[in-house]
Amino acid sequence: MELAAKDFKSNASKALVDAQLQKALGNVEKGFIGKRQKSADALPEFDALRDNARDIKNHVLAHLDLYLEEYERKVTASGGIVHWAETAEDARRIVLDICKTANARTVTKGKSMITEEIALNDHLSANGIEPVETDLGEYIIQLRGEHPSHIIAPAVHLNKEQVEGDFRRVHTHLAEDRDLSEPVSLLSEAREVLRQRYFAADVGITGANFLIAETGTSVIVTNEGNGDLTQTLGKVHVVVASIEKIVPTLEDTSQILRVLARSATGQDMSVYTTFSTGPKRPEDPDGPDEYHVVLLDNGRSAMLGTEYQDMLRCIRCGACMNHCPVYHAVGGHAYGSVYPGPMGAVLTPSLNGIDETGQLPNASTFCGRCEAVCPMRIPLPKMMRHWREREFERNLTPLAARYGLKLWAFFAKRPKLYRFAVSFAMPLLALFGGTSRRIRLLPLAGGWTRHRDFPAPEGRTFQQAWAQREAQKQEAGQ
Amino acid sequence: MSPRDTVLGKIRASMRVPAADSERRNAVSARLADTPRGIIPNRADLPKAGQVELFCAMAAQSGATVSRLGDYAEVPAEVSSYLRARNLPAAIRIGADKRLKKARWDSEKHLEIRQGASDGGDLAGVSHAMAGIAETGTLALVSGQDNPTTINFLPEHHIVLLRSADIKGDMETVWSMLRKSQGQGEMPRALNLITGPSRSGDIEQTILLGAHGPRALHIIVVD
Repeated sequence: MELAAKDFKSNASKALVDAQLQKALGNVEKGFIGKRQKSADALPEFDALRDNARDIKNHVLAHLDLYLEEYERKVTASGGIVHWAETAEDARRIVLDICKTANARTVTKGKSMITEEIALNDHLSANGIEPVETDLGEYIIQLRGEHPSHIIAPAVHLNKEQVEGDFRRVHTHLAEDRDLSEPVSLLSEAREVLRQRYFAADVGITGANFLIAETGTSVIVTNEGNGDLTQTLGKVHVVVASIEKIVPTLEDTSQILRVLARSATGQDMSVYTTFSTGPKRPEDPDGPDEYHVVLLDNGRSAMLGTEYQDMLRCIRCGACMNHCPVYHAVGGHAYGSVYPGPMGAVLTPSLNGIDETGQLPNASTFCGRCEAVCPMRIPLPKMMRHWREREFERNLTPLAARYGLKLWAFFAKRPKLYRFAVSFAMPLLALFGGTSRRIRLLPLAGGWTRHRDFPAPEGRTFQQAWAQREAQKQEAGQ
Repeated sequence: MSPRDTVLGKIRASMRVPAADSERRNAVSARLADTPRGIIPNRADLPKAGQVELFCAMAAQSGATVSRLGDYAEVPAEVSSYLRARNLPAAIRIGADKRLKKARWDSEKHLEIRQGASDGGDLAGVSHAMAGIAETGTLALVSGQDNPTTINFLPEHHIVLLRSADIKGDMETVWSMLRKSQGQGEMPRALNLITGPSRSGDIEQTILLGAHGPRALHIIVVD
């Protein structure tokens, strides 16, 4: 997709007044937060597992070059082929070449954010190969010509009436008077339509949740089973995965699996966790004839050794966006980037540079919920703050904000002057609030008061209130 | 320079590490050889009978149905009655697993047995699992002629046999079993861990069963 992160503010304004979107976004809280909490509470070892998952990935990142070599050796030994791609363009070219060699006309796809990142579908279509998304959510948004608005629930921005409209528009071979009022009938229809596509496809493309160095295995974690049909029924299976998906062993995979599904959907395990190692073997009755892995860097190696390295621990569970008040308010499309929410606000500037993406790390209240729920304990707010600092250093912050910060810094560095100034400002603002204690219009704060009232201060400054409290405590103590 | 060397070179440059670094290499070899187990939840740390109970309870929680039989000889009647109760045709797809053969299918005269990989036309498939994981009610199935992978995903109803002796507490014990049967560092082409029937929450985050894989998963635990 075209990067449109610099339109975040205008997109967010539109999203806030989009009634359909606001209705659909209610499902994020309903669908994820309580379920995650319940499953985490049911496992006393959950937090210890999070610590261990973090440590495993830290160990991998410190030895990434060596584990990649070992992984490649094992894939090759099992009859698979590893392709290295430095950039998104390289990865697109490699996948297209594999499809052309297989004389592919259609390819089926399992749900994969990495193929969104490299804009694979557009590239295949432009070269006469039809990509068919098979995950229900991905299928729906492909019909609409949209991009995922959530990394594990791509169509979370839609309501069932919209899906019904799309199915009626596209599935014209089916009876017009069929009943599609219930979600289950929509699901059945997608199942029937896509069944035929799996068998017709020449190549199946999936992502990977893990690449296991010990065995040369790729792992996908799904609930629908579409990824498995994609990789089992195609003559060629192509795995597209980024370099940081490596884990050392089967045991390490289990440790992270225990926190993945719980953090994502609140399940103890997703329905299908599939370990694939190489192509069909001589005695096998099914499976792909060829097994390819495209290992993508696309900017990740440059994150190693920097303050953004921790981001490479991310396992794409979506918990950070599920718990983000900004994401709840505006949805995923407003971010204008492949990866939305807090993880996107850190990863997108890393992959695309801060020049065009500066609004994303600013789209946070720093409430800290993302870090509190992250199974890999990624310090997301801290990294967003680092990006804000980079942005400031590079003079990308808007002029008004820069001067505002300078003005504030001037006072903040002079405590006496600061106290003197606020001791005047607070009563003045309190006066502004009148009897309602609300300020409806405040010079220089239009961005706030255009949408909501500003609560008026009570008259005293925090420091005055604190000093009084301490004095009272001392008095009571004596 | 090959793309491989470019990517590995960029990683090493960012990390400021040389390619030949015996300390780092030793750390990697040690982890791959020792395969440390990490944290195993206490939940399934139970005597054998308790693990079987837990497996059945967790599988049911994931939306599967479970029945327990004393002997393989009872399996054909159980499969027939499962199909009858759901108004399904008396036909199943099965692989070449010797334990499935032990079931003496000829006792069910009307049951049609289709051998080999599924072509998508089967309403019910029967597989034999290599293991069950009590912690989460998960089945472990291995690809090959014995249990073709397509049977796990194409039929609407998936019936899976599992020996109660193969029910283990955790995934890690299954990894030990696999290393014993396949060799250290070796895997079957596909290992499917299956926890309940196929589902999707993609429409308004409402969970619906039967997305692309089986709508129903029936587990038969044989003692």
